Amino acid sequence: MTAPTTTVSTEAFVPGAPPAAPLWSDMARGIARENPVFVQMLGLCPAMAVSNMLTNGLAMGIATTFVLTASSFMISILRRYIATEVRITAYVLTIATFVTVADLILAATFPVISEALGPFVPLIVVNCLILGRAEAFASKVRPVRALADALGMGAGFTLALSTLSTIRELLGSGSLFGFNVLGPAFEPWVVMVMPAGGFLTLGLVLLLMGWYGTLKAQRAKAAAA
Amino acid sequence: MTGHGAIAVPAAAPPGSSTPAWRLLGTLTLAGAFAGALIALVYQMTLPSIERYAGAKISGAVREVLGSPVRLDTLYLVGDKLTRTSPGAGARNVSRAFVGFDEKGARTGVAVEAAEPGFADLVLLMVGFNPDTRAVTGFVVLGQKETPGLGDKIKRDSSFVSQFRGKVAPLKGAKSETADASTVRTITGATISSRAVIQIINNAVALWQPRVAAFDAGEGQ
Repeated sequence: MTAPTTTVSTEAFVPGAPPAAPLWSDMARGIARENPVFVQMLGLCPAMAVSNMLTNGLAMGIATTFVLTASSFMISILRRYIATEVRITAYVLTIATFVTVADLILAATFPVISEALGPFVPLIVVNCLILGRAEAFASKVRPVRALADALGMGAGFTLALSTLSTIRELLGSGSLFGFNVLGPAFEPWVVMVMPAGGFLTLGLVLLLMGWYGTLKAQRAKAAAA
Repeated sequence: MTGHGAIAVPAAAPPGSSTPAWRLLGTLTLAGAFAGALIALVYQMTLPSIERYAGAKISGAVREVLGSPVRLDTLYLVGDKLTRTSPGAGARNVSRAFVGFDEKGARTGVAVEAAEPGFADLVLLMVGFNPDTRAVTGFVVLGQKETPGLGDKIKRDSSFVSQFRGKVAPLKGAKSETADASTVRTITGATISSRAVIQIINNAVALWQPRVAAFDAGEGQ
């Protein structure tokens, strides 16, 4: 990361503000390079808890994206009116409000998914990803940038949860979206749908990503030499 | 304040110029009021569908365990007595018994909700039984948090669920299939969850059968 003082920005200077960047890069950053789960290691609790079924993982990702986007946008609009001393209280209040709204809407429109997710929707309030983006990004930039960042981070979170839950549901239940795809001869690996399976899957995905990263760095070094 | 290399330092107010307390209080009060208003609005908007779903879930379960009755009566438990009159909208969480009748007007069974601890958390069932013969007419799992892939078979394993029909309470569990009128087969790998289902049904029948009998005696007079 470059120091913010080296960038030229038309925005009023805010201490600790992120460097100016085009909107697409604000959005793209969260999907791969700074993926919330796989790179920043944020929001791992819901990533473990609800990634045993693809439906649940996807629903959790979308619910979190909604809360992240709505609260980031709101916090960015109100950033000049929120006094520094009470900013965390104000962020948590904003986030909790949108989580309650998301929880009620989910219960009214998709009751079956809402039941499957159980207490994990209300627990989005304490997902460090959302408070993290509010404090580190949304409270220091224009609403449009906050929106782009939240959408990107939300998409990255959804992508990560979908990846984990695809692996876990396929191996743990032999199905995807609840439909059997591996046939009756497949004996499900029960451990994959249990909490331990979440840790195993995340560990293995991180291992593969690290391995790929090392390989790429070695190739680049070899090509440069 | 814009010294070189100032990275990610929270915007700290310079000393002596902190925000006055009334402003902090005002900001939070206003924000809280808006948040409360928004939640109240969404709650009002979503309440009908949420209640409709909860009602549909209960009535669907009642129909399933009583074998699609032609007519349904609802009895309310007031004190320790069943009555036909609802204790009113003000009384919440009143235990109810649903009585099903076939097209000839004969009683097919009584359905009640019952819950007891399973392997992980409370298992909530809708239990249907014939109060005259103590025969189980069926059960539906309304809520459970048993181990996915093992304990949750009490809900997903149709051969486990369907074998209860016609068995006479009090039930016993066995590892293998028997012809006994009161013995049901437990699920391999989900013995505790299976036993919880058996226990819930036994206790529900033992608790509600005398209540229904007392109600019948009262109606007969």
